[in-house]
Amino acid sequence: MSGSLLPSAEEAYASPDAQGFFGPYGGTFVPETVVPALEELAHAFDEALGDPAFDAELGALLADYVGRPSPLYRADRLAEAVGLGTVWLKREDLNHTGAHKINNTLGQCLLAKRMGKRRVIAETGAGQHGVATATTAALMGLECAIFMGTEDIRRQALNVYKMRLLGAEVVPVADGTGTLADAVTAALRHWVERVEDTFYVLGSAVGPHPYPTIVRHFQKVIGEEALSQLREKGARMPDAVVACVGGGSNAIGIFYPFLRDVPADERPLLIGAEAAGLGLETDKHGAALTKGRPGVLHGFYSYLLQDEAGNPKEAYSISAGLDYPGVGPEHSYLKDAGLVRYEAVTDREALDAFALLARTEGIIPAIESAHALAMLPRLAAELGPDASVLVNVSGRGDKDMDIVREAGLGA
Amino acid sequence: MAGERTASRLEAAFRRGRPALVAYLMAGYPDRTTSLRALARAADAGADVIELGVPYGDPLADGPVIADAAQVARRAPGGFGLAETIDLAREFISGRGDDCPPLVLMTYLNPLMSMGLPRAADLMREAGVAGVIVPDMPPEAARPWRAVAGGLDTVFLLAPTSTDERVRVVADASAGFVYCVSTTGVTGERETLADAGRRLVERVRAATTLPVAIGFGIGTPEQAAEAARIADGVIVGSAIVRRQHDPSVVGDFVRSLARAVHESGRGSAG
Ligand SMILES: Cc1ncc(COP(=O)(O)O)c(C=O)c1O
Repeated sequence: MSGSLLPSAEEAYASPDAQGFFGPYGGTFVPETVVPALEELAHAFDEALGDPAFDAELGALLADYVGRPSPLYRADRLAEAVGLGTVWLKREDLNHTGAHKINNTLGQCLLAKRMGKRRVIAETGAGQHGVATATTAALMGLECAIFMGTEDIRRQALNVYKMRLLGAEVVPVADGTGTLADAVTAALRHWVERVEDTFYVLGSAVGPHPYPTIVRHFQKVIGEEALSQLREKGARMPDAVVACVGGGSNAIGIFYPFLRDVPADERPLLIGAEAAGLGLETDKHGAALTKGRPGVLHGFYSYLLQDEAGNPKEAYSISAGLDYPGVGPEHSYLKDAGLVRYEAVTDREALDAFALLARTEGIIPAIESAHALAMLPRLAAELGPDASVLVNVSGRGDKDMDIVREAGLGA
Repeated sequence: MAGERTASRLEAAFRRGRPALVAYLMAGYPDRTTSLRALARAADAGADVIELGVPYGDPLADGPVIADAAQVARRAPGGFGLAETIDLAREFISGRGDDCPPLVLMTYLNPLMSMGLPRAADLMREAGVAGVIVPDMPPEAARPWRAVAGGLDTVFLLAPTSTDERVRVVADASAGFVYCVSTTGVTGERETLADAGRRLVERVRAATTLPVAIGFGIGTPEQAAEAARIADGVIVGSAIVRRQHDPSVVGDFVRSLARAVHESGRGSAG
C-alpha cells in the first residue's frame, strides 16, 4: 500500500486460512449441531463483503447512529504527567452506548437480518456487549436474549437495567464462577438448541471460525480511522499503539490496519495489555497470553488459562470485560510471530491510570481501557520523553462507578 | 454388509442381529469406586457398548445432569480427569476379561490435547479402550488425532441440522458406528423422541454401511424401544447418570432398557 518492498503483515501471514486458522490458532472445534450454522454464517459474511449496499448501510449507521468517526484526541496534560512527548487517545468511549462493542453488534445484527434470523443472543461480561447488542436489536426490531454470569449481574447492575429497558431478556448464568466464560458456554449451548431461528452475536475476537474474522472486520474501523486522523493532523507515526485485551476485539480493531497497511520498518510497537489482576504470581489474573498455554475452549484453539488436566481455569480481573480465560486466536498468532507484544497490568495499576486520566483530562475511562492507559508510564521509561503513543480508550467508565468507589478512588 | 472390511470390535457389537444398547456413564461419579461398580452392573445388565464420559470443566454439548456429574467427579480429591478415566477403564476392562462390552471414551478435545494426543492414544490402546467420541472435534479438525489413533475407532456425530454434504463427510470419517444426535440441543432427557432424529437416521443410513446409533434425549424403556425400531443402536446417558449414585438401581434400569432395545424392531443385518 505504501510502496514498500516488505510484505505487509497480511501477505506475510494468510490471515486466516480457509479453515479459520491464524498459524496454528483458531479453527472450528464445536459440536456438529452448530457446524452448519457456522458454514451458513461464513457464507453470509462473504456475500455481505461483496455487496456495496451492506457497506453503505453499515457506514450510514456508524456515522449517524454511533457517531463515528470517534475523535482522535491529543492528551497533553496526560502526556506530561506520564513523561511522554505525545499521547493520542482514540475515543471509542464517545460511541453510542459508550464502547467499541457497538461497531461489532451493528455489523453482526445486519448480517443476522440478511440471513433472515429474527432473534439474536449474546453473552456479556462487563455488560457493554450486552447493552450494545440489546441496543442494536431494538434498533433493528430483533428479539434479544443476553446471557450473563450472576457475579457479573451483581457487578454491573446498571448495564443489566439498561438491557432490560432496551427490551432484552437477561438470562442469569449461575454455573462456574458466574462470569464471562460461563456466560459464553451458556450462550453457545443455547445456540445449539435454537440454531435455526437464532443468530449468536459474539462479543469479541474469539469463538469458532468465522467469528474472529468477522469481529476483526467490524472493528478494524478503529485503526483505519486512527491512521487517517494522524495523517490529517500531520502527526508522525506514533512509536507505540496500546490497547487492552480481554478477548481482543478492540485491540485487533486498532492493530490490524497498522499490521496490514503500515510497512514493518515504519510500524509502531504494538502492545496488548492483559489483566494481571492481583498479580501474575497469584492465581487471580486473566493473563492468558502471558501465563496460559495453547488449548481449545469455546470452539477455538488459542492461549488459555487451564489446569494440568486441560480444564479451563477461572480468570480474575477487577474489570469484568477482561476476566476471560482465553484470548482471540489471532492474538496468539501475533504473539508467537513477535508482531505484537503482550504485557499484563494489575488491578492497582489500572486504578491508578483510571484516576490519572480523570484528573488530567477530565475523561473517565472504562477500567478495561485503564489497563491500556497503565502502559504509558512503562512506555515512557522504555521509549523516552519524546515518544508518541496512541492508546485505544475502548470505553467509558460510567458502568464502573461502584467498583472504583469500592476501591477507594476519589475518597 | 461390510464387504472386504472386517468389522471392528465396536462395530461388531451392533451387528448381533438385534439393536444394541449403548449405556453412557460418567467416570468418577459420584466417586471412583461407585462408578466402577455401576459400570459392572451396566455390563451385567446387558449394555452392548459402554460409553464412558471423561469429566471436563466446560462440556459444551452436555445438559445439566451430565455437566453436574462431571463437576462432582472433577472436584473429587486429586481431581478426576482423562488420566484417571483411562485408568478406570483399564481396571474395568482387565477385570472382566472376555466378558466385557467394548468401551468408548467420550471426552472433549482439550483434555486430549493437554495430555498430548500420541500419549492419550497409547494409554487408551494399552487400557483396551475400543474408541473415542469427541463432540467438539468435527472431522475437519480431526487430522492430528487420526494420525495417532490407529486401532481406536473415532466416532463422529451428526445432528438434524447437518446438511447432506456433512452427512457424507461425517459418515465417511466415522469408524465403529455413526452417532446421530436426535435433537438440536445438548444431552438430556426429553418427553418425546424428535421426528428430526428419525429423519436424520434415514439420511445417514443412505450414506453409510456403518451401524447407525441414535442418542440425546432418550430416557425411558419406551423411548428406547421406539428408537431401536429405527436405528442399530440406542444411546442413553442422562437417565443413567441420574441414577449412578446407586449401582444396583443402574443395573435394574439398564436391564429394562436392554430388554426394550433388544426385543424391539429391526436390528441390523448381522
Ligand atoms: C470498554 C471495554 N473495553 C474492552 C473490553 C474487552 O473486550 P475486547 O478485548 O474484546 O476489546 C470490554 C469488554 O467488555 C469493554 O467493555
